[in-house]
Parts: sequence; C-alpha cells; structure tokens
Amino acid sequence: MPEWIITIVKILVIVFGFVMGVASLLTLVGDRKQSAKIQNRIGPNRATLFGLDIQFFKNLGISHFIADGIKMVLKENTIPNGANKFLHGLAPSLVFLPGLFGWAVIPFMDTYCTGDITVLANYQEVCSGEEKRYFQIMHMEVGLLYAFAITAISVYGAAIAGWASNNKYSLIGGLRSSAQMISYEVAIGLSLAGVILVYGTLDLNEMVRMQGHQMWGIVPMWGVFVQPVAFFMFFLAGMAETKRAPFDVPEGESEIVAGYITEYSSMKFGVMQLGEYAATVFIGSLVAIMFFGGWQVPFLYGDGFHFGTPTGTPDVAVPYALIVLLRIGSMVIKTLFFVWLQFMMRWTLPRFRYDQIMTLGWKILLPLGLANLVITALLSAIF
Amino acid sequence: MARTINVVPQERVPKTFWEKSYVPEIMRGLAVTIRQFGRNTFSRKENRDTFTIEYPESGTSHYPERYRGRHRLMLREDGQVRCVACMCCSTICPANCIHIEAGEHDDPTVEKYPAVFVIDELRCIVCGLCVEACPCDAIRMDTGVHMQPRFDRTTAFHARDEMMSRGGLSLATKGGRDAVNEDYTW
Repeated sequence: MPEWIITIVKILVIVFGFVMGVASLLTLVGDRKQSAKIQNRIGPNRATLFGLDIQFFKNLGISHFIADGIKMVLKENTIPNGANKFLHGLAPSLVFLPGLFGWAVIPFMDTYCTGDITVLANYQEVCSGEEKRYFQIMHMEVGLLYAFAITAISVYGAAIAGWASNNKYSLIGGLRSSAQMISYEVAIGLSLAGVILVYGTLDLNEMVRMQGHQMWGIVPMWGVFVQPVAFFMFFLAGMAETKRAPFDVPEGESEIVAGYITEYSSMKFGVMQLGEYAATVFIGSLVAIMFFGGWQVPFLYGDGFHFGTPTGTPDVAVPYALIVLLRIGSMVIKTLFFVWLQFMMRWTLPRFRYDQIMTLGWKILLPLGLANLVITALLSAIF
Repeated sequence: MARTINVVPQERVPKTFWEKSYVPEIMRGLAVTIRQFGRNTFSRKENRDTFTIEYPESGTSHYPERYRGRHRLMLREDGQVRCVACMCCSTICPANCIHIEAGEHDDPTVEKYPAVFVIDELRCIVCGLCVEACPCDAIRMDTGVHMQPRFDRTTAFHARDEMMSRGGLSLATKGGRDAVNEDYTW
C-alpha cells in the first residue's frame, strides 16, 4: 500500500474517528450525564430515538445528542452589524483546527514491527524486521515542540473572535482568554522542561518508550513518579489552556454572557464548543503520554510480560497482535480517564477569579516550575 | 464634629500552608464528587442518592394530600352534576379560565345547572381559588393527576362531561346542616 493512503487512513481513524467522536460525545456524556450523576440527578432519559421506545436509548439520551448536532447545523448563521466578516468567519476554524493538528504527533502504539522482537536487559526492544509507523500520523523528532506550537495558535482564534464580533462582552472575553492562555503557556513550558531533562528527548514516541523502564525493578518510570510536581503543574495549566471550568473566565457566563463566543451562532458556535472539547481530549492524551506511560502497559514488553529484568523468555508470553491491542487500549483508556478527570474537576470547583488565575499562573506555577527545573537539573547532573 | 465608629475586629482563621496551596482541598472536593458519581452510576438503583422523581412511571404517591391536580365536577346522588351555575368560581378565577353557561333545571329547588362548563387548562394557573369559592362542593382539584402536557391546544379545554367522569359523590348536603356528622370525614 502506498504511504499516502496509509496516512489518510490514519488521519481518518485518529482525528475523525477517535478525536471527533470522543469530543462530540462529551457534549452528551461529559456535560449532561456526568454532571447529572454528580449532582444527584438523572440527566436526559426521556426522548425516544426516531420514535422507537427503547428504554436503553432513552436512558442514554442519544436523541438529545443527535438533536444537538442537527440543531447546530440548521440554525440561522448570524453575523452582527459592524463585525469584520472575514475575521468573524475565520476565528472558529482558528480555534478548532489547532486542537486537531496536534494529534499528528500523538503515538497510539509503538512502531509496528514486521519481524521478531528481542527485549534487552536495559528494557530496549530490538526489532529484527522493518518498523512501520501505523499508529502515529506523523513521526517527528521534535513532536512535543510541534504540539505546543500548534496549540499556541488557538489563542489567536479566541482573540480574533473577540475582536471581530463588534461586541464589548466578546472583546473582554477575547482579552481574558489571550491573557490567560499566554500566562499558562509559560507554566506548561516550564513544567515540561523537567520532563524533557529526565527523558532527554522531544520525540513523544521515544518518551513513551523510556517510560517502559523500571525503577528498582518494580516501579515503571512513568512521568508521574519521576516528575510528580510537573504532573500537577501540567494538568493544572493544561486545564487552563482548554478554557474550561474552573478556568472559564474567558466565557464566564454570569459576567460577560459567553465571552468571545457571544456573537456566534449555528455551526460556528458548535465548532467553537467542539474545539474546547477537542482541546480537553488533547490535553488528556498529552498527560497520558508524558506522565502515565502512554501506550505502555506495566511489565508488558514486545514479547510478553516480564516481572523483573526483561531478558530471556517472558514470564507470560503474549502474541504480538494482542500486545498491539493491549497497548492501543491502554493509551485510549488513559486518555479517556484524564478527560473524565478534567470533567470531574469542572463539576467540582467553582470558577477562579481573574486575579486568582493570574496569581496562580505567575506567582505560584512559574516559581514552582523554575524550582522544579533547577532541582531536576541538579539531580540529573548528580546521578 | 467627631463621629464614633464602632469597629469589631474579626479574628480571621489563618490558612495553613496546605490550604493555601489548594491541593489537599481540591483532593477533598474531588473525593466528594467522585464518590457521588460512583454511587449514582454503579450502585444499585435503591442505593443511589438521586432525587429526581420520574413522574408517570413512579406514580403520584409523593404528592401531598392537598395537592391541586386536574379539576373534577362532583355528582349528586342521582348522577347529575352538583354545580348550580352560581358563577362564583368563574368570578374569582384570576386567570379567567372558567366558562359557564347556565341552563334552567327541572327541579325548582335547584333552579340552575351548567349547560356548558369549560375549563381552559392552558390558562389555568392551578391556584385552587375556584374550589375555595364553590358554595356547594361541586368543583374539586383533588384528583392527584398532574396537569398533562399536550400536543394539540384543542384538547386543553375540559368540558363538563369529561370533568364529571372524574367526579364522585359528595357527602356535603345542601345548606350544610348535616355537614358535621359522623359519616363525614374529609
């Protein structure tokens, strides 16, 4: 099969199948059902699906989800008087697309090995055949930098949306979002500097491979164990980057209507919302990759489970196809778990005040990140 | 002119370091929400904390005894309507939703009966004043049946016979002479 067909299939499956599927389902499962369960409610369970009175579909609230999409598409698309038409139309895609472009470098599995795999005592997996990148859209040595360069673009989307709407609430929302995102990008970058020092690579797949190593033979070298402070910082700053509660001052509906999305209707509004959900999924996957071993399953290597030093025959031999499935499943489940955790945070915490956000970003996370970086550098220089 | 202002200094409880760092407090909050989420999602139905009452399936047992539901017109012993078309209810109705046209009754002691008695449920605000105003216990709202949503407005007009079909025998007697006797229990 030619390379470009494989690439297109990868894009279709990962971006449109996984990311868009999860992001749009989050409008139902995350916002409606999960919040209902937390607040001792039931959530949507009345509407039938195409008139079919099946209790299962009614309980899931599937028809609300479908009606949401149809409503978004069919609604009238309004552009306010005095708005900059070109920028007003451009902004939603600038918010939405970065959340999808970033997935190019996310590995869902190690490189697919056509031959046999030998696991060395230093946890490296040596492939005797050809290595095919079937589970990562684009292999990039500087994948991490690329991911953050791309996600940083979404700040333009919010700022342009706020400015082009010719609405004071939108402008305030745009300003708030750009201030917040730029502040927290500093914290994100600094929190990851320590991780990069520990793993010594910017390649996300290589980073996940490093996390298959064991510390003292029992603890996997996951980012959360070697860089716990960085994990908290990254998770916090990442939630601030997605502009969702408790960091949702840019669209604080009690103060400024809906912030920079006030003047958007129909599918433009839908795209803005989907962009936020996609960013949530993206942050979830980055946390999984950098701090929870990505596609790694603990003690599972290229030929099976090794409890202890991985030499010779594995303790539990596993066929390669099953290993591939286990690893993809591991990555997907970890990602979904952190998406779920972000939604739990959203329904747990009240909204931060604007000055609290700035204090947290500049006075707490920035010095903490610097301290973490210095200590990590010292420790990695000593050992 | 000097003004005296009484100031009561408030002793603020100083926050500890861990409280200021938010982390343990956020963990506690998360523990609460995750516990609720788990209990309401994975446990058996009777163990859940869900407050929602699913109305048509779960019935109306949770309504208080004096809940005001759909109207009904009470009947005489011979099955005729008790209403004497005195217009008290339609007069007091703040929403003007009761329409009565009186007809002449065969029995001279009764004088009138409602030839037309229509309640517009779209306008009714379920205040219960018509029941309070009725001098002969003819209209009641004690059916315990919820006001129903409907797809067609024309079905929202409740005619006399429909409300009579929900009605029953009233124990109140004319003039109220025997209203307080042993048989009469509310």
